[in-house]
Amino acid sequence: MVELRPGARFQSTVCATEVIVVKGTGPAELTCGGAPMVAAGSAERSGEPSADASEGTLLGKRYGDQDETIEVLCTKAGPGSLALGDVPLTVKVTKPLPASD
Amino acid sequence: MNVMMLLEMAATAMGDRVAVGPLDGGLTGDSLMGDAAALAGRLRASKAEHLVLCDEPGAVLPVSMFGAAWAGVPYVPINYRLADDELRRLADRAAPALAVVDPSGAERLAGVDGLEIVERDALRDDPAGGAQPADLSDWPMDADAAAVLLYTSGTSGPPKAALLRHRHLVSYVFGTVEFASAGPDEAHIMAVPPYHIASVAAQLSQVYSGRRIVPLPKFDPDSWIDLVLSQGVTHAMLVPTMLARIVDALDRRGEALESVRFVSYGGGKSHRAVVERALELFPAAGFSHAYGLTETSSTVCVMGPDDHRRWAASDDPDERARLSSAGRPLPGVEISVRCGDGTEAEAGAAGEIWVRGEQVAGEYAEGGSALDDDGWFRTRDSGHTDDAGYLWVHGRNDDIIIRGGENMSPGEIEDVLLTHPAVVDAAAFGVPSREWGEEVAVCVITRSPAPAADDLRELVRARLRSSRVPARVEFVDELPYNDTGKLLRRELRQRFASDSPGG
Repeated sequence: MVELRPGARFQSTVCATEVIVVKGTGPAELTCGGAPMVAAGSAERSGEPSADASEGTLLGKRYGDQDETIEVLCTKAGPGSLALGDVPLTVKVTKPLPASD
Repeated sequence: MNVMMLLEMAATAMGDRVAVGPLDGGLTGDSLMGDAAALAGRLRASKAEHLVLCDEPGAVLPVSMFGAAWAGVPYVPINYRLADDELRRLADRAAPALAVVDPSGAERLAGVDGLEIVERDALRDDPAGGAQPADLSDWPMDADAAAVLLYTSGTSGPPKAALLRHRHLVSYVFGTVEFASAGPDEAHIMAVPPYHIASVAAQLSQVYSGRRIVPLPKFDPDSWIDLVLSQGVTHAMLVPTMLARIVDALDRRGEALESVRFVSYGGGKSHRAVVERALELFPAAGFSHAYGLTETSSTVCVMGPDDHRRWAASDDPDERARLSSAGRPLPGVEISVRCGDGTEAEAGAAGEIWVRGEQVAGEYAEGGSALDDDGWFRTRDSGHTDDAGYLWVHGRNDDIIIRGGENMSPGEIEDVLLTHPAVVDAAAFGVPSREWGEEVAVCVITRSPAPAADDLRELVRARLRSSRVPARVEFVDELPYNDTGKLLRRELRQRFASDSPGG
């Protein structure tokens, strides 16, 4: 279980994936590669993503749940895939904002 | 969090793309990483607590900004157009510091205590300066660390340094820009000066989206147009005075710019007539009008291309009027327009604009946070919203004219004057009046045949209330703007305050 807040960063313990929270607050069962994620920089990587959670993460993509309670942005990609509890997070396709600068 | 995350991501995914400069010979994302690492090593080996940048737009900007972030010291761009003694005072405030300067800067800043000076070209040739480059990914990740200090163009007193922390800038980029969304052919012309928040925001946004930055060192409309043509520029951000001058130059040259797909303008009041003409002269471009402040990490409201096209084509005057609005708040940003007693103003009623969101810093290096307990930042701009949430910015609170207890926005009067075909530019401001406290004065620049003062009064009377009819009408050859395009109404107030009423 990790504590979500915008700007909080988490890492996978089984692959190179790192994410930053864009939306969501409070405790959450955020996993990557089937293993709980931890605060970025707080653990060494060990083991491999489990077979049912190894579709991989894509750099710079936003991932969220169906109910739009959380959104994380992938800042480092890896072979594990993200989930909230038992539910895989999916890439969010957002309508791009007009560039303002 | 550190803005270096943005560059690291970009270099990982698009390291071989040119990030800044010409396609042939510019800095790629990988070489920008390398130069930033070298400069970070140099900063760490020195006693510098800030990186001061005193130069024009160029590749030196992102190298300096990211190098400073990597080393964990704030990036402090200062206005190279300031007089020498002012420039030295700002550098002195930042010392101990490393100053990256244009060729004249070394002499101008010589002898400032605690300032190590390196010229732009020397930095380009040897960014590490003999030091060991910083190791990959060893930048500090303290989200609360100061990333950028910007001296705001305050209306009174010594300039204040607005402080933006890494979390504000990173939130802004994550909230507004889609990673690697730019096509490999896209290029952004960077003409705003480095000490403007738009320069900081543009560098971060372009790098993160993978769009090549084409810097224009010295702005004049013809150089801007020539660079757009020679570099195949697709994206531009302009302050309104720049846009107005480019529109005039294109009309003079009889040219339209087909390669430009996107124009964003903001940072001051824009005239509807200029925007309408610009829509014709950039036939392939989508237009965005942005409203933001230094203290809010730039844009908080934006009116995008779809809105521009829709409102420009509308026959409904209320909808067409939205062309002069600043659009609606960005996701994650809240806007509140408040009356003098702190309550929320109704739609259509003028009040003061307050802003809240992750990107809103609202803080100064001396003096601390200006946010209230709930995180709201008071902008000191006045404005109003309509039923659909569109925001109109009327101008600085200090510029509001109070006539007989009635508050009037100078922008509203100027907008009406500018609808006259012979009025090129207009400024409204208050002058002291024994009877009313203040009354309305206007300065106008006209082309011939010039209208009579009474014609202009009649125009205002017909479109607005009679209280807004200018008591004074002055015909002038130019209006005072600062170098980033803000109309300096206070200078006009001072100039005309003591005169006996005329015109």
